Amino acid sequence: MKLKDVLSPLRVWERAAKKPMTIKDPINDRPGATNYRGFHKNDFSKCIGCGTCEEICQNAAIDLVPVEGQETVEGDSGLRPMIDYGRCCWCALCVDVCPTGALTMSNDYTWIADNPEDYRFVPGADKTKWQESEKGYTRSPDIQIIDYDRVDMQELEPEERDKSFIEIVKGYNKEQAIKEAERCLECGLCIATCPAHMDIPGYIAAIRDDDIDNALRILYETNPMPEICGRICTHKCETACALHNNGDPLAIRWLKRYIVDQVPADKYSEILGTDHLEDEVLNRKVAIIGAGPAGLSAAYYLAIMGYKTKVYEALPGPGGMARYGIPEYRLPYDQIDKDINYIRSLGVEIQFNTRVGTDITLEELHSSYDAVFAGTGLHLGRSTRVPGADNKRVYFATDLLREVTLGNEIDVAKNIVVIGGGNVAMDITRTLARLQNQKYGKVQILTTCLETEDIMPADVEEIVEAREEKAVIDPGWGPKEIEIRDGKVYGLHVVKCLSVFDENGRFSPKFDEDQKKFFKADMVVESIGQGMDLSYLSEGIKSDLKFSPRGRIEVDDSFQSSLQWLFVGGDIIQGPDVIHGIANGYIAAKGIDTYLNAE
Amino acid sequence: MSNLSKSKYRGFEADRSKYPVEEEGKPVIDLESHKFTKIWQGPQHPGVTGNMAVELIINGDEIVDAKAHMGYLHRSFEKLMERRRYIQCFPIVCRICVPEPDTNEYCVSAAMEDLAGITVPEKAMWLRTLNLEMSRVGSFLMWIGGQAGSLGMGAISQWTVGMRDYWLDLFEEMTGGRVYHMYMIPGGVRKNLPDGFKDRARRLIVKTRRLMQDIDNTFLSNAIIKSRLQGLGVISPEMVDEYGIVGPNARASGREYDIRMNNPYVCYDNLDIKMITATEGDAYARAQVRYRELNQSLDLVAQILDRIPEEGAIQAEMPNLLHWKIPQGQTYVKAESTRGEHGFYMVSDGSEKPRRVFARGASYTHAISVLEKLAVNVSVSDLAGLMVSLHTCPPEIER
Repeated sequence: MKLKDVLSPLRVWERAAKKPMTIKDPINDRPGATNYRGFHKNDFSKCIGCGTCEEICQNAAIDLVPVEGQETVEGDSGLRPMIDYGRCCWCALCVDVCPTGALTMSNDYTWIADNPEDYRFVPGADKTKWQESEKGYTRSPDIQIIDYDRVDMQELEPEERDKSFIEIVKGYNKEQAIKEAERCLECGLCIATCPAHMDIPGYIAAIRDDDIDNALRILYETNPMPEICGRICTHKCETACALHNNGDPLAIRWLKRYIVDQVPADKYSEILGTDHLEDEVLNRKVAIIGAGPAGLSAAYYLAIMGYKTKVYEALPGPGGMARYGIPEYRLPYDQIDKDINYIRSLGVEIQFNTRVGTDITLEELHSSYDAVFAGTGLHLGRSTRVPGADNKRVYFATDLLREVTLGNEIDVAKNIVVIGGGNVAMDITRTLARLQNQKYGKVQILTTCLETEDIMPADVEEIVEAREEKAVIDPGWGPKEIEIRDGKVYGLHVVKCLSVFDENGRFSPKFDEDQKKFFKADMVVESIGQGMDLSYLSEGIKSDLKFSPRGRIEVDDSFQSSLQWLFVGGDIIQGPDVIHGIANGYIAAKGIDTYLNAE
Repeated sequence: MSNLSKSKYRGFEADRSKYPVEEEGKPVIDLESHKFTKIWQGPQHPGVTGNMAVELIINGDEIVDAKAHMGYLHRSFEKLMERRRYIQCFPIVCRICVPEPDTNEYCVSAAMEDLAGITVPEKAMWLRTLNLEMSRVGSFLMWIGGQAGSLGMGAISQWTVGMRDYWLDLFEEMTGGRVYHMYMIPGGVRKNLPDGFKDRARRLIVKTRRLMQDIDNTFLSNAIIKSRLQGLGVISPEMVDEYGIVGPNARASGREYDIRMNNPYVCYDNLDIKMITATEGDAYARAQVRYRELNQSLDLVAQILDRIPEEGAIQAEMPNLLHWKIPQGQTYVKAESTRGEHGFYMVSDGSEKPRRVFARGASYTHAISVLEKLAVNVSVSDLAGLMVSLHTCPPEIER
């Protein structure tokens, strides 16, 4: 034993003179670190009730519950997370995963409550002392638990496409589709937003599992036109997508297209189990007016239920606006045919070149069929009615697009002005640009509209691509006059548009007459909206039908009009877009089934 | 009983042949003979040995047979993971070891990254190294407190646990949690270092070194401690292989085995680090090895702080971790915890959840077979000290 080892331990007393490590009031004297994972906060102005926090919580500590004052709206379930501190382990994965950044934590250490029930609370709704606290754990911008970056879609380069009508979007391959499908949070906000309420997370999960057959079955549960929708749907689902709050929304439309692109047409009936449909035909007949998305959707679901259906179409081909309103470079005709041929294979008969009201009357249909569904669409153009708009070189976009599809030659001018800022305006701009390119080898087309670029109704990618194809877009101007010289169009005079809508959101454009511009042109196309042609309704039927103050036929929830045998849907009721038409057709088919069985 | 015959441990006859009689290598304990008494130590834990029980047969004060009993902590970590997505595993595994959770976090993430073929960015690697080394400091500090406390020096426990709390302050700043840090996620780490962190860490290293000097003066250079620990629980070099002993327990018996140097992971191959060993193999040698390793860890933390890149990603590019599937395969990932080699074996079947996760902690042998062997012929009053000197951690056994 060394003497040092006996004496050295006595130095323990040195510590008696040192300042103690403990502090008197640790909670107040030393608050939690800025980054501390304390108690949950939820910013209701950001929360969309997507439930991703609930999904990732490995302790099942989170439940999405209804909260007073929170409404279900598009892109917000209205539910909010309730957290059970009897289960929570404060790992903060819920914070890291929250796509909106609404869920955070304070840096508080302690919470004392008398009632154990208090520890199961809805942050943001239940009053807590830390809800307004600024410090605490938040989602780091440096990490990603979920993937906010969309898989890029391959498209034709502008120089490859500006003279032809070849489809621009190439579609995903399997690897890309699965990678994109993996980004889905399965929150279901898209289901609520989609007019057809398609089971989007369901078919996306099927893509992830590489089970295309199942994906196709899920699509056809609510949508018999997936090739069409997979290309030109207005994809409201993507606007509602939770990922959209912090990055790119899931490419739901392209994934839908991926599914159907994988399945050859001759496999449909086997996969969808419709190969023995003819065994179950009912002795009931339904007539459908218009072979557009609404009419064909109704026809498909009626056929599945066993009804005999016949579609009357005024034009020589099926698809309605999908074929005669949308250019081929966005939606090739063979893809339209793939969807529609399958519907026809189920026994749906289409009689073309038959305009109801002219070639056959509605009364005749009523007497020969048990019910009638009308989905006649918006095929009439609307005019600006400015001076000069009645010149023969002033056209409606819908008429020109229809002529292009019909294969009729258009007298394309060298210098064209298009009035309108929606997707149809972009369609006609880009179509005419192609025709100019083919005819003259250069593009000289200008598109103008009332709206400024940030509020233009057209999709951003349409505007970008139109510019890539050398069209000029000059938004924010109101048409004043189409100048006519010697009976020919000379150009368009416009004035600055200051605002389009009034404070109540009603259409009421305001102009500054001092700011003027002149666009030279020898052809003008108006694309400022479409109107419906209800001339097939005879006076007798019209007097029995109820109309809304704005001239639309009034229908109930199942799209049944005040004439019980007549169901109406599609663009003339809702939309205008394909997916509303499909949804209307689906509901109307069920309505017709209910009506006919009740008789 | 070769190790015991060479033992300097005083108090009991080293020759065990007198009692009890052995038949076929097992002692014959006849409790009716009134020569032996059966008592239980635990499952409450003296010191920091964790909740386990040792069933003791004693003769007077001398332990003549010991049997370790587990099962007081079982939370089924491995099974829970089979029911959870990969990203949901890291908040579970940290609970396998309270004083040093980070080795578990590292291993489970590294196993997933290995199976999925993910390369972690350099900065994240350095932050992981920092986290792991800080974790070793925290664990060693707690161990010194436990070792001193188990021998009756409660004051040192107060100092070291107090100092550990300052390290937990750093963890709190860095990770958002004091005890369970949940910092390392598949692909990297969750947060960058906060402003001023490095300076605060450097100041704490200085502060800790002063404490280490006090501990040397009062604990290691202490005649009573030496008399209690020297010769206690001698692990012979032969035992190291026979029992699969790892970590400071093996290094105190002369075995040069430290995963940080033998199989460098994270950034250890970029650090100036030397193997620390001793030859005596007794509890005092283990204390010395741990004391020196703690000092070395302080050095390493300082080195790491100087070398963490300012810029760079802290997480690899990852898919949506909600649907993350890992290709079929199996892997074993190991790291050096304060108790020795800590390993995770993971099997993936290509789905979104691990098929099997197996956590292998050093205590699996240290707290069962090694303890049962070393406890024999030890005074019952020294058993707590012996257990702490082996740095047993029952949650590692009951995963």
